[in-house]
Amino acid sequence: MRPIANTRSATGIPTGRLAIWWVVASEIVIFGGLLVSYIMYRIAHPEWSEQAANTNVWLGGLNTFVLLTSSLSAVLAHKAAVEGDGPKAAKLLYATCVGAVAFLVVKSFEWTTEITHGYTITSNTFWSFYYTATGLHGLHVIAGAIIMLIVAQTAKKNLELHRVELIGIYWHFVDIVWIFLFPLLYIAK
Amino acid sequence: MSEHAEHDTNYVKIWAILLCLLVVSILGPFLGIKIVTLFTAFGIALVKAYLVAKNFMHLNLEPRFVVYLLTTMLVFMLLFFAGTAADIMKNEGSGWVKPVVHVDVQAPAHH
Amino acid sequence: MAEPIPAEEMHAHDDHHHAEQSFWSKYVFSTDHKMIAMQYMFTGMAMALIGGFMAYAFRMQLAFPGVDVPGYGTVTAADYNALITNHGTIMIFWVAMPVLIAAFGNFLIPLMIGCDDMVFPRVNRLSYQIFLLSAIVLIVSFFVPGGGFGGAWTAYPPLSAKAEYNLTSLGSSFWLVAVALEFIAFLLGGINFVTTVMNARAPGMKMFDIPLVVWMIVVASILFMASVGPLIAGAVMLFMDQNIGTAFFDPDKGGDPILWQHLFWFFGHPEVYVVLLPAMGITAEIMCVFARKKMFAYKTFLYTTFATAVLSFTVWAHHQFIAGIDPRMANIFTVTTLLISIPIAEMCFIYIATLYGGSIRFTTPMLWALAFVAEFMIGGVTGIFLGASGADIYFHDTYFVLAHFHYTFFPIAIIGSFAGFTYWFPKMFGKMMNETLGKIHFWGTVIPFNCIFIPLFFLGGIGQHRRIYNYQHFPELAGPEMQDLRIFATVSLLVMLAFQLVFFYNCFISWRKKEKDAGPNPWKANTLEWTTESPPPHGNWTELPTVYRGPYEYSLPDREEDYFPQNVPS
Repeated sequence: MRPIANTRSATGIPTGRLAIWWVVASEIVIFGGLLVSYIMYRIAHPEWSEQAANTNVWLGGLNTFVLLTSSLSAVLAHKAAVEGDGPKAAKLLYATCVGAVAFLVVKSFEWTTEITHGYTITSNTFWSFYYTATGLHGLHVIAGAIIMLIVAQTAKKNLELHRVELIGIYWHFVDIVWIFLFPLLYIAK
Repeated sequence: MSEHAEHDTNYVKIWAILLCLLVVSILGPFLGIKIVTLFTAFGIALVKAYLVAKNFMHLNLEPRFVVYLLTTMLVFMLLFFAGTAADIMKNEGSGWVKPVVHVDVQAPAHH
Repeated sequence: MAEPIPAEEMHAHDDHHHAEQSFWSKYVFSTDHKMIAMQYMFTGMAMALIGGFMAYAFRMQLAFPGVDVPGYGTVTAADYNALITNHGTIMIFWVAMPVLIAAFGNFLIPLMIGCDDMVFPRVNRLSYQIFLLSAIVLIVSFFVPGGGFGGAWTAYPPLSAKAEYNLTSLGSSFWLVAVALEFIAFLLGGINFVTTVMNARAPGMKMFDIPLVVWMIVVASILFMASVGPLIAGAVMLFMDQNIGTAFFDPDKGGDPILWQHLFWFFGHPEVYVVLLPAMGITAEIMCVFARKKMFAYKTFLYTTFATAVLSFTVWAHHQFIAGIDPRMANIFTVTTLLISIPIAEMCFIYIATLYGGSIRFTTPMLWALAFVAEFMIGGVTGIFLGASGADIYFHDTYFVLAHFHYTFFPIAIIGSFAGFTYWFPKMFGKMMNETLGKIHFWGTVIPFNCIFIPLFFLGGIGQHRRIYNYQHFPELAGPEMQDLRIFATVSLLVMLAFQLVFFYNCFISWRKKEKDAGPNPWKANTLEWTTESPPPHGNWTELPTVYRGPYEYSLPDREEDYFPQNVPS
């Protein structure tokens, strides 16, 4: 039930991809607002380094590795889709979803450890930011994984292959947000 | 759509570079020099983000206005920072002091 | 360059099977942009009634303190706070935005750019559903234990964060969730609008052939998308402060309430331009048609709009001049605020230049459009007083501010909406509205409007501060000269509300006419929506149009007719 409007492209970019860039643009300011607020507070509160010392840089690094690898599988899925190989693209998207799950597993392990050690969301405003930022990011990971599954289901049948690139762009954005969260919360102590 | 340009990229090679950068950024703090850590942490983050944006998101193949759009959003974030930092980043000003409260955490420090 | 539309494209739309649609799929779950526009329009109008009723209740309390308000009851201090908070919130988020942007945008954009629907009809439907949910959540917030949120539409913490201060622990969270949902709805809708206009234009429609109202709605959507992010982050933080006990904005635990103010106003200021631009676009369309003249400086108008949009991001802290911000920042924001008056003034000059030498028809839409410019200019010049931080030290939080923003918001939300509604009613419903009733409604709205708010400038100037439910508690503000002005304002509001019945009556009898007497182009306008039936069928045209020129070719000397539609080949 695609309207004719959807098939036009006065800009040269297909409408789906154009829309995804606008989604990414609006997400930049959402995460940007949160992270700029965090950065200002962090600079104003040097004593937060005592708290920040307790984030686990190894688990954070592991999660970075997981997301980077999942970005790789996402872009390889796009390459397969461009070549017209729907089933291969679907497999690579499933692999990306596995990466998403792995990310969430590591994160829950991290959070559980931190919470049982008393670093809860209310124990200190550093932790409030930590859980809010990683939580908001995690929600985007979950949403991305769900959409990816849906796209993969259709791509498997060689249908709607252009969507593989679109969910890929969203996924790379989620990856880039983490690329900045990692040094902010784990390295810059 | 210049698809052949897309697939000249060796995605696995980019991924390997990203991982090396990740390792460097983790090891950076162990040198103990603050300014170095800043570079290895945030400088590398910028490089990684650039690599993902260029090679995985194919931003270099999109029409220019996409890059302008995303850059504008980042500029707005800088603008927000510039307008807000004077009030939020400081703990005292001309004639005022923010109560800086240390909240003790009941847990032992844990590495 | 205009090429004929390939046959496959023209008939592709007919291919999908149009069985007789059930009530639910035609009216409730429709993906047709025109139906979704109607849904937004009617929800917005219903919310306007609620917001207007709130204004009635609190103005009665101010004029006759302590007296039971007919139809409401006693207005306690807590009631008063909830009424003013929700009046402001509703009027901006649930009236101005849905009517000006979502309703007119949804209805007009595909029609004015010559395509059959938005590029993402199902996302369009989803955006309305989320919007409706947000309205329901807000209304529910009035009925939960504790009542509706009363911390002002600006929701400054610690008042908005701590239940022991605001006494509405549930209401404040419901309010916040409602606002957040509304933001999501408009983000989704905005992406649809921008993508549609960028990509789905009719063949031959170049960027500078796009009607101004479409441009304005697109720029407004982009402005919204770029500015709302930090506030969404802030809303998440405030919600957590309210419900989980975090301390993002709690000074007792190391947080900073000024951060909320910055996050809020970084969005809040561009937001006023988000609602202003569509109203200016509607005015531009109406003026060109009823002056039979091309827009005086289309490109300049557009570039000035872009300048305004960019500048609007640099002025926000003028809302915080006396909040304790760094005085050096206050200097900077004064300069930028005074600067931003220039592009808007230029746009008003362009309107005047457009009218000059035109062949003016004083139809109801034209009256509304003229009133928009006149009233908005009063609002604009009073903003200059407030933008100067020195003067603002005195004016902030007085009724001077309130009169200023009503002189800007009322033209935007109410006059602009009536202008657009009376202009496009024939297209939407196929029937003409009654001109006499339209004019009675117009004068019965605009004259009382001025009678309400001019006194408020004076009250503010002599020291009446805002958000007080009973001025009899303040001896210096309780005198009869001031109270008489308050009563005068309230009585004017009652008169204005009574005249709205004329509007509803006009809508009702016009809509109920047996015959569709409007025809496709009753106003003899150039833009593409007037080239199809009234109301447009599903798919808008049987043959999608091609465009050959810009939208404002009126009164060309070498043509017999004084208009030259965009889709007519030369």
